[in-house]
Amino acid sequence: MTAKDKSRAGSLLIKGGQVIDPAVHLNAPMDVLLRDGHVAEVAPVNKIRGGADETFDARGLVVAPGFIDLHVHLREPGQNYKETIATGTAAAAAGGFTSVCCMPNTSPVVDSVEWISWLQQPQRGAVVNVFPIAAATQASKGAVLTDFRGLQRAGAVAVSDDGRPILNETVMRDTLRLAAETNLPVIQHAEDTRATENCSMNESTTSFRLGLRGMRAISEASVVDRDVQMAQQFAGARLHVAHISTAEALKAVRRGKRGKARVTCEVTPHHFTLIDENVGEYDTYCKMNPPLRSAADREALLVALADGTVDAIATDHAPHATHEKIIEFEKAMFGVTGLETALGLAITQLHREHKIPLSRIVELFTAGPARVVDLRGRGTLARGTYADVTIFDPKKRWTFETDKSRSKARNTPFDGWQLTGKVVATIVGGKIVYRS
Amino acid sequence: MNKVARGSLLDIEHLSAAEITGLLQLARRMNPLKPRPLLRGKRVLLLFYEASTRTRSSFEIAAKSMGAMTTLVLSSGSSIEKGESLLDTAYTLQAVGSDVMVIRNPYAGAPLLMASHLKVPVINAGDGMHEHPSQALLDAYTILRHKKTLNGLKVVIIGDIYHSRVARSAIHLLAKFGAQVTLCGPPEFLPELALCLAPGLHIARSTEEAVRGADVVMVLRVQKERLAGMKIRLQDYIARYQMTMARLKLAKRDALVMHPGPIIRGLELTWEVADCPQSVIVEEVHNGVPVRMAILARAVGKAK
Repeated sequence: MTAKDKSRAGSLLIKGGQVIDPAVHLNAPMDVLLRDGHVAEVAPVNKIRGGADETFDARGLVVAPGFIDLHVHLREPGQNYKETIATGTAAAAAGGFTSVCCMPNTSPVVDSVEWISWLQQPQRGAVVNVFPIAAATQASKGAVLTDFRGLQRAGAVAVSDDGRPILNETVMRDTLRLAAETNLPVIQHAEDTRATENCSMNESTTSFRLGLRGMRAISEASVVDRDVQMAQQFAGARLHVAHISTAEALKAVRRGKRGKARVTCEVTPHHFTLIDENVGEYDTYCKMNPPLRSAADREALLVALADGTVDAIATDHAPHATHEKIIEFEKAMFGVTGLETALGLAITQLHREHKIPLSRIVELFTAGPARVVDLRGRGTLARGTYADVTIFDPKKRWTFETDKSRSKARNTPFDGWQLTGKVVATIVGGKIVYRS
Repeated sequence: MNKVARGSLLDIEHLSAAEITGLLQLARRMNPLKPRPLLRGKRVLLLFYEASTRTRSSFEIAAKSMGAMTTLVLSSGSSIEKGESLLDTAYTLQAVGSDVMVIRNPYAGAPLLMASHLKVPVINAGDGMHEHPSQALLDAYTILRHKKTLNGLKVVIIGDIYHSRVARSAIHLLAKFGAQVTLCGPPEFLPELALCLAPGLHIARSTEEAVRGADVVMVLRVQKERLAGMKIRLQDYIARYQMTMARLKLAKRDALVMHPGPIIRGLELTWEVADCPQSVIVEEVHNGVPVRMAILARAVGKAK
């Protein structure tokens, strides 16, 4: 069940915006007509005949397919003190995301058809489309596979034991094989947890200075490398590397892409913006997993975002309660929020600082992630697709203030940051769910 | 978050050479046998989350000898056992009434976290693998009782640098005063990353090479409790890095042997080295009192 079913919106004409739809190589001033929850027409300005129930003046703005976030933690079921589906999707809407894929590492773990259905019930109060990712193994314990076919039928778009990587080779092999049969992507949080016990940041001069145990880049790259090799062995296996953060791991992804493997990867805004030195003096808002990496790793991510190696920007939105963050660094939970700052960071860092074209950035938020989880009829504004649209002002300067966040959580390193690029309206199924 | 209260001592890294010199000069004016009542009426809270003999007793004696009232709170037997967080414990102890808080904690950065939320000065008595600033100050104090200056002094620190808060504080302090610091240990204990701590550091993998011509030989304890999962065999460590009389002979004749304690005879150093005439291991403990008197006096604004 997606948000589009909730409202039979009438018609909405979005006039005069710069339509950027990378899936169909479109980047031109166009009018977009949405009718009955679908894209009815995209035509040069003033060429759409007939009226609409409502008109949106998009002059000076970019009109893009609705953004898709492959990696969010909505914390339901079981952890609604951190976030709920209602608050998390409200933050998503404010960040321009019309669809989010939620991770199953909740309490209990989403490993059954019942929980997949529960996540999609209207009572949850989602304001954007929620596409659940199911656990790959029961309770994400890495032992017994879940019912991929049943979970898929119930609405799961991928399987993952996010946060608890599948290290056992036999289990990973079986996961890839079964996922290939059902054409589900396997999303792996690549971390050799045997080598990262008690670690709380990247191994670096900063970790040494602070007396913190450090995670090495190789503990990510070794798992990516192994997974890519395994994915090559099964025709149809789809491996998606979550929040890739190191130059070494990117090399493995490139090897896979050059070979026969169907491998994709995502990068988070915090990894392309910050580095390990930003931990400063034990800033727990810079503690996440994978950790902020070296300046060289960040440079490699920027290159890979530009050259097409990376398929999607995903936020890894990981809300936590204050009492889980304002504590000793080593005890603090991993993770930062990210839904409301993603576009601003992407335009500020990638477009303005690093000259990546806007159309590529839009692709990383739309067509790229839609391909990864095979969301048919989304990630593009082609006629007949779902009327999910993100309208943003690429030049608008604004300051992000956590006090005004729609998320329940406040754990972000970007409080008070001046960003360029702001969401103006988010439209889901033809209905405006956010307007700034 | 507040500003850290004046008089706090959280680390050596962010202290200036002038501040360190000031503390050492103040320590020299402290006489534990004829103490001035600089802390009369003050309440010093000692909050210890980890075992300690030297640091705890010398902070306590330093405080009491200057007229302070001290209260010791240990993690066992307090509400910390019931799950009270560090900050809530800190707020509680501030509310009970304390003028200075001395904290030892197994987590790096815990004293800074406390200091950023409290109004009273916080003194770091050792935090995880991070720093142990009062130890570095008493080591500098001890060295300067035997050597004219730290500048140009050849100091070798041997052992498990990686896990050692003593080493991190000592390295920051010695480097600020121009000592030539050589670090020595196996790669597991001494990664190349250690060179980032201060400019001018050197790494030696051979004890003989490190010790040759040294003015100060600082030996660190092998922290057996931290070795789980590491590929270190104690016999190999002893063979290569134990401080023996033969190795000590390579140092200058008047070289000092130092160790922050507790020492494990037969492991990082031999019985003979621990008790040799050059050993100032016991003197270090003794000097801990005037140095901590100075730290506490500074904390309450009586650094005169």
